Amino acid sequence: MSFLKIKDLSVDYQMRKETVYAAKNINIEVNKGEILGLVGESGSGKSTVGNAIINLIDEPGKVSSGSVLLGDLNIHEDPKNIVKYRGKKIGLIFQDPQTSLNPILTIGEQLIETIQTHLELTKEEAKERSINLLNEVGIKDAVKRFDDYPHQFSGGMRQRVVISLALCCEPELLIADEPTTALDVSIQSQILDLIKKLTKERNLAVILITHDMGVIAETANRVAVMKNGDVVEIGITKEILTNPKKTYTKSLVSSVPPTNKKISRFVIIEKENNDKNKNNLKILNRWTKKEIIKQDLVQVQNLSKSFDDNFFTESSKNSVMAVNDVSFNIKEGESFGLVGESGSGKSTIAKMIVNLFKPSVGEIFFDNVCVTKIKQNSEMMKFRKQIQMIFQDPYSSLNGRLKVRDIVSEPIKLHNPLISKNDLDSYVFDLLESVELTQNSADRYPHEFSGGQRQRISIARSLATQPRLLVCDEPTSALDVSIQAQILNLLKDLQEQLNLTILFISHDLPVVRQMCDRIGVLRDGKLCEVSDTEDLFLKPQHDYTKELLHLMPKIESIYN
Amino acid sequence: MSVDNNINTTWSRIKDSDIFFSFKKSPTAIISSLILFIIFFCSFFVELITPYNPFDPSSLSLMEAFTPPSWTEDGLSKFILGTDGQGRDMLSTILFGSRISLIVGFSAIIFSLILGVGLGLTAGYFGGKYEMIVMRLTDVQLTVPSILMALLVDGIARGLISREMHDEMAIYVLIFAIGISEWPQFARVSRAATLVEKNKDYVSASTIIGVSNLVIMFKHILPNILRPVLVIGTIGLALAIIAESTLSFLGVGVPPTTPSLGTLIRLGNDFLFSGEWWITFFPAIFLVILAFSINLLGDWMRDTLNPRLNK
Repeated sequence: MSFLKIKDLSVDYQMRKETVYAAKNINIEVNKGEILGLVGESGSGKSTVGNAIINLIDEPGKVSSGSVLLGDLNIHEDPKNIVKYRGKKIGLIFQDPQTSLNPILTIGEQLIETIQTHLELTKEEAKERSINLLNEVGIKDAVKRFDDYPHQFSGGMRQRVVISLALCCEPELLIADEPTTALDVSIQSQILDLIKKLTKERNLAVILITHDMGVIAETANRVAVMKNGDVVEIGITKEILTNPKKTYTKSLVSSVPPTNKKISRFVIIEKENNDKNKNNLKILNRWTKKEIIKQDLVQVQNLSKSFDDNFFTESSKNSVMAVNDVSFNIKEGESFGLVGESGSGKSTIAKMIVNLFKPSVGEIFFDNVCVTKIKQNSEMMKFRKQIQMIFQDPYSSLNGRLKVRDIVSEPIKLHNPLISKNDLDSYVFDLLESVELTQNSADRYPHEFSGGQRQRISIARSLATQPRLLVCDEPTSALDVSIQAQILNLLKDLQEQLNLTILFISHDLPVVRQMCDRIGVLRDGKLCEVSDTEDLFLKPQHDYTKELLHLMPKIESIYN
Repeated sequence: MSVDNNINTTWSRIKDSDIFFSFKKSPTAIISSLILFIIFFCSFFVELITPYNPFDPSSLSLMEAFTPPSWTEDGLSKFILGTDGQGRDMLSTILFGSRISLIVGFSAIIFSLILGVGLGLTAGYFGGKYEMIVMRLTDVQLTVPSILMALLVDGIARGLISREMHDEMAIYVLIFAIGISEWPQFARVSRAATLVEKNKDYVSASTIIGVSNLVIMFKHILPNILRPVLVIGTIGLALAIIAESTLSFLGVGVPPTTPSLGTLIRLGNDFLFSGEWWITFFPAIFLVILAFSINLLGDWMRDTLNPRLNK
């Protein structure tokens, strides 16, 4: 007999032009002591289901039909009563621990407030209970830290506090909405372990909402795959991941970058017709293809960057070393990966290589020219032409006020002011074609495109100057996994045909493994180790690398 | 979202936009823009509308001076709102006056918009000492009430320009005086918006491509910061018109030979206690309606264009 039963749950959003069905006739059951993974891409309705259970749907959305049974209790019967169940019977964990705690109250006050709202306890009893809880979720010195404010905790610790808040009134159902997405890999695994432990010890029913198949593989007992508000497939995690029945699940599973081997391309099941004359990119006619001579294209020597956070004094006392004495080389034609957790300085290095800001110490050579010492504007333009960058956030990397045509043609016109109108048009079309966009995209505005398509536009723009080095700063981390697979395939194809050199920056180890020939691991601004990809994954040298590899969620873990 | 089936004409984009949708839904916006349209139209085509030209001395008739509005006992039907002390038709005088007021208001706000946005945009973009100087300048400017500032400018101008020239130059001095007192608002708002925009990746992308700072500022950043600037520009327009009237009322604005609304109110004020209330009342109420409509429209724009308030 399952504990939570969701029957025919539908959620509608009445929009200006149409009604959007965020969830359609969802049927899900969760047992006690079980973690149900709710997985899907953005917009699939997975969070909507989580919010609908506790009736936290924002206007203009509403639960239009269906019932939610907790044991024998229909909690949607009286909408006013639902407030009583939130927190008491149902605990919630949100994605961002920065915002789910009130910054002006100590964590103790927040715990006591929550406990006293739902249970009739005195302040002392509530405090005792809170401290026990904090101990249980693994916060050291709970008595001392009880009076600390949220900002005094690190991200992972804060998420532990959020979990203790969710558990403080002994709920029977826990809904965790992307609980580890905002956290680094090493902290992610601790939080997931904690959730698993608590599920067992307290016999909770848990719904774990995530987009990450690796997380699902490591934690969930059963999994429900969602797409466009429908549950596509539901079943035991191992069966779904190893032997998916539905096409969508198959394509989702095959898009996940494997952690244990390097594959040449991602298999894309849903999109069949992508293999038409791949080898004849029209932009090749315009491209002066560089011969691959295995020479260093980029040399980074003793690079350091510090940010002064004090405006008035120039003392280095307050400065933060974002990058600290980093040296590496990138050979012409290779893909070099930089991996690190947030704050490791990987984006700072990228920005120094593309000369968005100057290093504090050290030099960068491009094609044996020291780019950090270029003073003349015309020299700089030659160099700009050869290095281009693709950004993480496809929503902020395109100017929303310009048409795609203008975005892509801007670099062409800048570096070749005499180009004729017809030639410019055909060049833009060729570029769009090379990133698999249609010609009529040229006259649209960026907001008419999805995240993946925007990233393609961004790639087309970066190719317009015929660069030799492409710096990709987390190019897929804002994208869904199936889109990620397409973009990564595209980058690989382009690299192969255009002999591009790629600097690939990511926090995502499986992705880096698929993309890169050599990898450098960064931690706190220092380079821990640089080695060939397979060597790094099979026999890591540095302790930190070993730890990272050990902790990353592996979809393959399900096979064992 | 359907991307395939529409032709991207400008009109269909406007018709389809959220702004137009919210405009249709807001009676305040419709009524105030209707009033504004009527006022603008009548003011700029006043020669076509009224049979009188109050500034043509030959048409004046002192016999008809101080005629009360047409619906009162002594009123004449040909002077709907009555006449002033020189027998000029009030309605046409007001419309001529509002034309001056509108021209001064618009010019002043455009002047301060260009100055403020230019300074704010460059300050936000370049940062450093330049930004500090510009922003401290706006702080200083904001400590001086704008009317005082305008009076100061007017005083200096009177000292510099000879008396014969002064009447001719008065309108430009007025535009400059009002414009110079309003620019800090624009500078602040556009600097703040620039600080947000310049950290977005599309600006970095342009830098990497090699686009010059000037082009980045004016082609890429400027269109993205115009929304908040236009909102305060609308509200600023009402302020500028009121400032113009205040200055003219105080006698330091446009000369009485080309009266604006403020001048009309001042001239009528002298007759208020002798019972000829309409001479000052109608220009005043006209000014109130004009400023009120602009403010309502500005409020609606602020609510609609502010993404934070979008539910």
